[in-house]
Amino acid sequence: MNNLIQTLRPRIESFRESLYLLARNKLSLIALIVLVLLVLAAIFANVLIPYPQDIADASHIEIKLQPPSAEHWMGTDELGRDIFSRVVYGARVSLRSALGAVGLSLLIGIPLGAIAGSFGGWVDNVIMRLTDIFLSFPPLLLAIAMVAIMGSGLNNAILAISLSWWPWYTRLLRGQAISVKERKFVQAAETIGTSRLKIIFKHIIPNCISPVIVQASMDIGGVILTLAGLSFLGLGAQLPTPEWGLMISMGRTYFPDKWWYCIFPGVAIFITVLCFNLLGDAIREILDPKTRKK
Amino acid sequence: MLKYIFKRILSSIVVVLGVVTITFFIARVLPSNPEVKWAGQRATPEQLEAARIELGLDKPLPQQYLLYLGDLLHGDLGKSLRTHQPVALELKRYIPATLELVLLAFLLAVVIGIPLGIYSAKKKDRMLDHVSRFFSIGAVSLPTFWVALFLQLIFYKILGLLPIGGQISVEATIFQSVPKITGLLLLDCLITGKFALLHDAFLHIILPCITISLYPIGLVARMTRSALLEILGEDYITAGRSYGLRDGKMLWKYALKNSLGTTATDVALSMGYTLTDTFLVEAIFAWPGIGSYIASAVTSLDYPAIIGVTLFGASCYIILNLLADIIIASDPRVRL
Repeated sequence: MNNLIQTLRPRIESFRESLYLLARNKLSLIALIVLVLLVLAAIFANVLIPYPQDIADASHIEIKLQPPSAEHWMGTDELGRDIFSRVVYGARVSLRSALGAVGLSLLIGIPLGAIAGSFGGWVDNVIMRLTDIFLSFPPLLLAIAMVAIMGSGLNNAILAISLSWWPWYTRLLRGQAISVKERKFVQAAETIGTSRLKIIFKHIIPNCISPVIVQASMDIGGVILTLAGLSFLGLGAQLPTPEWGLMISMGRTYFPDKWWYCIFPGVAIFITVLCFNLLGDAIREILDPKTRKK
Repeated sequence: MLKYIFKRILSSIVVVLGVVTITFFIARVLPSNPEVKWAGQRATPEQLEAARIELGLDKPLPQQYLLYLGDLLHGDLGKSLRTHQPVALELKRYIPATLELVLLAFLLAVVIGIPLGIYSAKKKDRMLDHVSRFFSIGAVSLPTFWVALFLQLIFYKILGLLPIGGQISVEATIFQSVPKITGLLLLDCLITGKFALLHDAFLHIILPCITISLYPIGLVARMTRSALLEILGEDYITAGRSYGLRDGKMLWKYALKNSLGTTATDVALSMGYTLTDTFLVEAIFAWPGIGSYIASAVTSLDYPAIIGVTLFGASCYIILNLLADIIIASDPRVRL
């Protein structure tokens, strides 16, 4: 245990320093706070929302499509459901799906990148050409094509997004792996006859993973946008799931007369993605030695 | 240099082949029942069998793949399951409208994005840099389809200034026929001197154009800023300064020139993203482009149409990538 703390100490120190740099920029600090609140809202959505039954297909037709009021802060939809409750619960749907999609991409991307980087030769060539091919599809378009054929649904959308997203992580990890492979401890492991796979998973991946994780956390905003786009086209989440993109798509029928139905879920997407991007931008600036402030 | 370009083109061809193979896998190997969609839900088993033969689904997969490649070489993307029309022909009809939108959006991105980026780099960490940084990050964080609706709400519903959608209003086309020369409506009206139509078409393109240009404007501004900042931190700039060259001259004459290569690359690459953004926006503005085409193809699961658009999008992307790489390679500082 003590040993672990010892090895982690420099990392904690640098993390602390980064946090300090982050907090110096007010915009990034606000973004961080909003994101923490959003995550809390997503976790405790059940307790927080005023009309928990409205996240499913409850219907109160008598109060349908009402403008924002004291009882319904964001108005009601075509079934009389409280839009505020659905938007807050939507944070859970979006964050969980985005985490799932990014996690799945990492699961595909990291091992492939590590194998490409440490084996080199034709294995590297084949894997990298494969990433080239996947990266030549505009990301949303590949996802659209896959979901359209596999059938719409939130899980298929998540799968399709990760299948079009992984090459970025493969490239990033491969670059790291190539330099780590030359380090003494990897060569030492090779000399004592450790198997190739064990070296990759035990020595190379743990030492390459941090920039990939940083990149992945910055990508969450983009993934949320992509997912909302798919749902908007009717390919992602299905009724009655309170997904933001889907809500905007449903609200279009009543737009622009019942504007609140479309506008509020969009504001939720914007704020979430904006905070992820602001934070990502700040992290990039902190980590980039060229622009790092003294 | 020439050798590099040749090699790069060759590798692009390999990538195109890979893209074609993946689309083939998506279309044929993932489970779907194209023959049912072709012949209709109530088709008899005999009709289904006939559809399978007509679509070539009765042949073994490797043979289907070769046939698919052969058809593509002849520019044949198959027939739409919905309209039974050749997809290539339909795409050709829809491409000009999308192209017009994307090109105009890019003009905006360059004209607004680059000055914005230069300005923020110049005034780094001042108020305006923060505003511009916030704007550029904000622009890439907005769901485009929602921006489209929002603009409609303001400019159509509340202000009543601009039309809600379409490429040209029906009333305008009653008195004058719509010219067709290049397929780009604005350009055609300009060439033939039909200014009433031009005015009408221009009003229609404003909202969709602003919607899809937000993303490239933000991206170009951000990229210009960071490329410029990186160069401004280099030794030769410091050297120039210490010789007493004015900051303005250093920025415009030495730094900007060296950062434009990076910016041009980013412009080319972001065009691919903008193309996909267009797909989400067109349907909202009833813009008769590929976006509206794929949106209706998606709702009816018309997979040859979807695959056709995907192939088209990927090809555009590959060509843009190729151009970006050639731009980088033509920078004398890059040794190949």
